[in-house]
Amino acid sequence: MILQTSQKLGPLTDIPPGEGRSYAVDGQMIAVFHLRDGSLRAVDAVCPHQGGPLADGQIDNKVVVCPLHLFAWDLATGCSQSGQPPINVYPVRVDGDQIVLGE
Amino acid sequence: MTQRLVVIGNGMAGARTVEEILARNGDFTVTMFGDEPYGNYNRIMLSNLLAGVETEDGIFLNDLGWYQENGITLNAGVKIEKIDKVAKIVHGSDGSRTPYDKLIIATGSYSWTPPMKNVHNPKRGYHQGVFAFRTLDDTRSMIRYARDHERAVVIGGGLLGLEAARGLQNHLSHVTLLHAMGHLMERQLDPKAGQMLQASVEGKLGIEVITNAMTSEILGKDRVTGVKLADGRVIDCDVVVIAAGIRPNTQVAADSDLPVERGIVVDDQMRVEGERDIYSVGECAQHRGSLYGLVAPLWDQAKVLADHITGHTDVAYTGSKLHTKLKVAGIDVASMGLIAPEHDTDEVIVYNEPKKGVYKQLIIRDDVLVGAVLVGDNSKAASLIQAFDRGMALPEERAELLFDIGGPAGEVSPAEMPDDAQVCNCNGVSKGAICGVVNQGCKTVSGVMDATRAGKGCGTCKPLVQRIVEWAAGGEVEEDPAASWYVPGVPMPKQELMAAVRKYELKSVSSVFAKLGGEEDAKSKMGLASLLKMMWGADYVDERDARFINDRVHANIQRDGTFSVVPQMKGGVTTPAQLRKIAEVAEKYDVPMVKLTGGQRIDLLGVPKEQLPAMWADLDMPSGYAYAKSFRTVKTCVGSDFCRFGVGDSTALGIALEERYQGLEGPGKMKLAVTGCPRNCAEAYVKDLGVVAIDGGKWEIYVGGAAGAHIRKGDLLTTVGSAEEVIRLTGRFLQYYRENANWLERTYAFVPRIGIDTIREIVVDDSEGIAEALDAAVEEAVQAYKDPWKERAEPVTPGQFRTSLPLTVLPQVPVRS
Ligand SMILES: Cc1cc2nc3c(=O)[nH]c(=O)nc-3n(C[C@H](O)[C@H](O)[C@H](O)COP(=O)(O)OP(=O)(O)OC[C@H]3O[C@@H](n4cnc5c(N)ncnc54)[C@H](O)[C@@H]3O)c2cc1C
Ligand code: SF4
Ligand code: SF4
Ligand code: FES
Repeated sequence: MILQTSQKLGPLTDIPPGEGRSYAVDGQMIAVFHLRDGSLRAVDAVCPHQGGPLADGQIDNKVVVCPLHLFAWDLATGCSQSGQPPINVYPVRVDGDQIVLGE
Repeated sequence: MTQRLVVIGNGMAGARTVEEILARNGDFTVTMFGDEPYGNYNRIMLSNLLAGVETEDGIFLNDLGWYQENGITLNAGVKIEKIDKVAKIVHGSDGSRTPYDKLIIATGSYSWTPPMKNVHNPKRGYHQGVFAFRTLDDTRSMIRYARDHERAVVIGGGLLGLEAARGLQNHLSHVTLLHAMGHLMERQLDPKAGQMLQASVEGKLGIEVITNAMTSEILGKDRVTGVKLADGRVIDCDVVVIAAGIRPNTQVAADSDLPVERGIVVDDQMRVEGERDIYSVGECAQHRGSLYGLVAPLWDQAKVLADHITGHTDVAYTGSKLHTKLKVAGIDVASMGLIAPEHDTDEVIVYNEPKKGVYKQLIIRDDVLVGAVLVGDNSKAASLIQAFDRGMALPEERAELLFDIGGPAGEVSPAEMPDDAQVCNCNGVSKGAICGVVNQGCKTVSGVMDATRAGKGCGTCKPLVQRIVEWAAGGEVEEDPAASWYVPGVPMPKQELMAAVRKYELKSVSSVFAKLGGEEDAKSKMGLASLLKMMWGADYVDERDARFINDRVHANIQRDGTFSVVPQMKGGVTTPAQLRKIAEVAEKYDVPMVKLTGGQRIDLLGVPKEQLPAMWADLDMPSGYAYAKSFRTVKTCVGSDFCRFGVGDSTALGIALEERYQGLEGPGKMKLAVTGCPRNCAEAYVKDLGVVAIDGGKWEIYVGGAAGAHIRKGDLLTTVGSAEEVIRLTGRFLQYYRENANWLERTYAFVPRIGIDTIREIVVDDSEGIAEALDAAVEEAVQAYKDPWKERAEPVTPGQFRTSLPLTVLPQVPVRS
């Protein structure tokens, strides 16, 4: 998916630190994570392995671990750490108190 | 004081013994002599080198760097000619004189040449074109010579001869194998098996085999043109390889007045008889009348020698049981122990399928395997070797020894192997050792092989090593990544970690990382959360991101990302009203499947996350804990209430247990059962904790049982006289498990690890005086219990129950009618 424009997803307080939530964007689901270091990451919401919901996975400051079979993906690059296909990563940032997806 | 250790012989036994001594931090300066001009290589692999499946680089065990790093002086290419026992000096062929405090003789064997005319050229040693098969130099020159010749004869139809014949095929077009005895490998195979092997070697490999072939003469003047047999037959050839047996290298010992019979005579500590400071190990040593020509016994000997020389005097080598495998691709042969019955009462079991070339024979004495021969199918070799080595009890159904009955055919699955199962029989590496290395972070097969040496012997176990590494590294949640650490991200074993947590009062998972782990680690969070909750109870700072999704939403995630809802049903007892309510809710929410669980509850499957709170509200029942690493359920039978056999009220006790310990978290899930009599209808013997009513108002408590991926009958912890006593000891045992088990270590692993006797002493007899503390700790946890489904009214975090699924739900779980 190519993001046409940047768009607001909602307040940052919607995502507790260390967790992820998924958002519908342009007819697709994107998982946004609020790392404990305060920064945000956005990736595809669907695990390429067997469709696991990545927003339900556990994260640290580097990876997300899919809740179904515990394979891990790098949140910054989208690369799998366990020999799986990569996932897309999207630019995401905070503007004021809002989560903004896109450049 | 540092002693001078001199080793004569730089082969497999000599070098291995030095490695073992180094591993024990023996305080020696080591000097080694080897008359081959190399570091230490794997002689076994010469067969593979000849066959072209291994390179020269690949067969070196220790290169010259190893000697340097370990401060060992290697004198390669120097032969020791004499030992001066009195002056304690060895004399080398280079004129050197080297003093020693301790001496090890590991001179191995040489290739024996049967008496034949014209085998030696008076000037050059062997006749041109005639080779032995023993050393790297032999192998190199054989390969070089064979390349520009056409027909080879191998003399000797044992393991070595077969491997040589197969290897030579790689270099020239025609190979004939001559064997003096009536059938191949007569020392390891019975006649029938030998004939099957011959048929395969001829049919599959195209090697011509002649048995009863006594070679009497090598033909040809300057170089070989053929061999002549005793019956007059002549076989044309231009290469001859002699693999007719070995003899121990005892010359230097005999010349130095050491006791030599067939080999150098040693005692159970591998000391040369009558000598204080001289040891002998390997093929040159004769122990209790036996000589060994395989590596596995040498490893055993090396260990004992190393122990003894480093001061552990109470060790003894008592001999080895021999088993062998042929290293010829496509021809499976394994043999161990007897090849023919010796007593009238020996059981002989034979399976023979000539068309496929499969033959199996077992010899069993007094229910113990004393011999086995396998040709054409080695799939059961590993388990047979284990049974043979350890004298293990054999299955009633003998056929199970020969075939995989009902199980997956062929390969042993790593998951099913016990940890101490030996995988590499050459190097004595167990499955546990392999997994240990994988768990320490080494995830490549070659890395594991380097670290453990598994697969570095004869190499036949390489595929199994690979499967185990893959299995162990498979990213499975049930595997703990660093063997001794509680969680992979914090490098500490559990007790150390708990001490640090207490010392720094770390009450949240993030504070543990900050103080002890450095970086946050996703794969460690859940284990830490469980531990901190257990340790701090109500004071635990609950960070929701530290929980697995199941524990964040109090339901079990399923393969399509939906969840399952399992209301509590204590002891498996329900009421019509409860059933009605469950039915109504199931209908209202259009639950795709309603299922009875193995733990006697009702499972509503396929529920979207966002519907969970509403369903819980409609059900208005407590959570049944079908998702967490926690106390799950107590399965019960009807017991004395209704059952005509029942001697105890299992249902009431089950309910009482579940009421008290519901939701108790732990390192793994805890499944319990109570059964009203030893007929065991509730399967209490295979639960983490199972209670069985026995006559006289008593209850037996079993712990450490399992009937999942792993099956184990629990161990009897104790027998008590009242239900109250059961409830108390259950709590105490569970608390002991909570405090001491590794993360995800179920009781079936925990109980045998600690030992049931130790657990009984602590939990029942209070040998450590901690019973009161355990009781108090579990009581505190019980008091802190809150039904998680109450969170339905006010979500703990924003979006706690928001969907994470794709917009179009993948229709994965079929709806059944
Ligand atoms: C081709 C081949 C395949 C084999 N396959 C298998 C197999 O699959 N499985 C198995 O278990 N076993 C196998 N074996 C047997 C195994 O290699 C031996 O059992 C093992 O190498 C014996 O070890 P060792 O240290 O006693 O003797 P060696 O490894 O022979 O080492 C002795 C060393 O001492 C040196 N030496 C001797 N005298 C002196 C002296 N006076 N001064 C200095 N140095 C001296 C020798 O040159 C030699 O280097 C095979 C052997 C061969 C040749
Ligand atoms: S275990 Fe005994 S008491 Fe319980 S149902 Fe079975 S037979 Fe009856
Ligand atoms: S047996 Fe396997 S598939 Fe079935 S419930 Fe257990 S884990 Fe799931
Ligand atoms: S579906 Fe994500 S790891 Fe299998």
